[in-house]
Amino acid sequence: MPMGFTTIYWRDMIRFVRFKTLLVSSLLQPALWLAFFGIAMSSSFDKLMAGIPVPPGVHVVGYLTFMGAGIIAMTTLFTSLFGGIVILFDKNWGLMREILASPMNRNHIIFGIGLSGVTKSFIQAIIIMVFGILIGAAFFAGFTPVEIFIGIVGILAFVGMFALGFLFLSAAIAISMESPEGLQGVTTLLTMPIFFASNALYPTDAFPEFLKILSVYNPMTLLITGIRYFVIGPDFIALGKHYQYTQSDILISYLGLVIFAALMFVLAWWRFKKAVVT
Amino acid sequence: MSDQVQFNDQIIIRVENLEHSYGEFKAVDGISFTVKKGEIFSFLGPNGAGKSTAINVLITLLAKQKGNASVAGYDVTKDPQKVRESIGIVFQDITLDRDMTVWEILEFHGRLYNMSREERKERIDELLSLVQLDAKKDERTKNLSGGMKRRLEIARGLMTRPKVLFLDEPTIGLDPQTRMRMWEYIKGVNKEGTTIFLTTHYMDEADQLSDRISIIDQGKIIISGKPWELKNTLGQDLIYMETNDNEAAIRLLKDLPSVREVRTKTKGFVLMVNEDGTKVLPIVIDALRDAGIDSSTINLKKPSMDDVFVFYTGKEIRDEPTGKTAFLTIRTGGR
Repeated sequence: MPMGFTTIYWRDMIRFVRFKTLLVSSLLQPALWLAFFGIAMSSSFDKLMAGIPVPPGVHVVGYLTFMGAGIIAMTTLFTSLFGGIVILFDKNWGLMREILASPMNRNHIIFGIGLSGVTKSFIQAIIIMVFGILIGAAFFAGFTPVEIFIGIVGILAFVGMFALGFLFLSAAIAISMESPEGLQGVTTLLTMPIFFASNALYPTDAFPEFLKILSVYNPMTLLITGIRYFVIGPDFIALGKHYQYTQSDILISYLGLVIFAALMFVLAWWRFKKAVVT
Repeated sequence: MSDQVQFNDQIIIRVENLEHSYGEFKAVDGISFTVKKGEIFSFLGPNGAGKSTAINVLITLLAKQKGNASVAGYDVTKDPQKVRESIGIVFQDITLDRDMTVWEILEFHGRLYNMSREERKERIDELLSLVQLDAKKDERTKNLSGGMKRRLEIARGLMTRPKVLFLDEPTIGLDPQTRMRMWEYIKGVNKEGTTIFLTTHYMDEADQLSDRISIIDQGKIIISGKPWELKNTLGQDLIYMETNDNEAAIRLLKDLPSVREVRTKTKGFVLMVNEDGTKVLPIVIDALRDAGIDSSTINLKKPSMDDVFVFYTGKEIRDEPTGKTAFLTIRTGGR
């Protein structure tokens, strides 16, 4: 019985592979972000930063490399927040009734959707890394093969936990909503502050106080800190700011994501327990 | 320990004083009934009568508000898990993922109910041949016809070998031939030993299929019984007449010994008679002629489920799909 979520996972993956447009667009979208936004921004930023002196011996990374981590995070955020929509479709087309009337524990729906969302995010993250390297991002620069392997595992661990948190949130919203438009509205409303009150595209030091506090506790910032650590290294300069991460910084960031995911699971669990679908 | 409700071996669904409200509106208003093992039992009523609400409480999709309900010996509130394991459901609307194949639909269902791989494989093969969809195994459901979809849903409902199969309006939206074929499938399934609980607003469906029927209207059960019992409550035959003086005719005819009851209609009246209508009819016509009343229309028929329904609820069910057999009208005008 505890394997019920694999059934939900199996079905959602069938759907993912079968909806060709969704599949292609979800794989293409992050690459396009990196290609257009990334190249455009990095060419101007790198020119601006060219004159700024840097302390000797510190690894300087270009903007494309810096924001590459942000693009991985952004893609994961969008995909995950939107991931719950399958629940909404199932609900509106009556398919959810079959599942809710079965003996399977409802938590398995949450976990199954979570797992398939994580799978999608993994695929996207890997595409961005590969594509990023192809267009000149200095991911894993100077890493040994072992370090690269650890780096990839670390990134996926961060992406996975972050994705779970937002998939649970998305599932909680979806099961409580009537229409896809509603979910879309809430999702759009949420992505804006989460994305921009983070260190995805720029350092957060110059933020006004309240925005800074927001950004520190933002799961997005925690994720990006983790990704940068694993894809660039613990000590680097980007956009004129010197970044230094200790292992405990990274551990705390990860713990933050675990707590976030746990809270979101409780929220989803509560919404699913309450859900009446007839 | 899951506490089994006092369980008479013969009774598989027991409902006592079930009530369910949406806000102020009482959708189900204190119904009680039992379904026996092996039966086809029908809820017959118009749309909005409370059939689906009652079924949703029984299949544990709606939390019970008031009263008692047990299915397969398990209380729907105390043991919903056991109830779920014991039943199969065919929902009112088609609930198939358009982009999954026939096989995947059944496989998914079997997995949901935690069936083993070998069990699933065996059961899927068995059911696909039962509902004659073997050839469509790898077809996506969006490419199936309405009748095929319904058959697939029935197969899905049977996947776990349920003790009770719930069918909520199983033939809604199907053409007459497909409906009749569906009835054959349902009867076949029942013969194999599955108890069937059916809701329908089609009179002929309830009549054809059911061992017993409860007529439900505005959340209440109006009357229950075997189809022929219900029809017999209206007498042996029904005679519909239109005359040039209906009131006088009714006064005259209601005292005839073989007339059980007279009901007025818009243009005429209906006599419910206790004897063979063909014998009563000449007597009626003679009596009217002697009183100088001219009859313009006479027809004679056996009571149908429609008549039963109209009689007990005082209204016709709209939205009949198949042109129901109307009174066979004999024109006697001019005589």
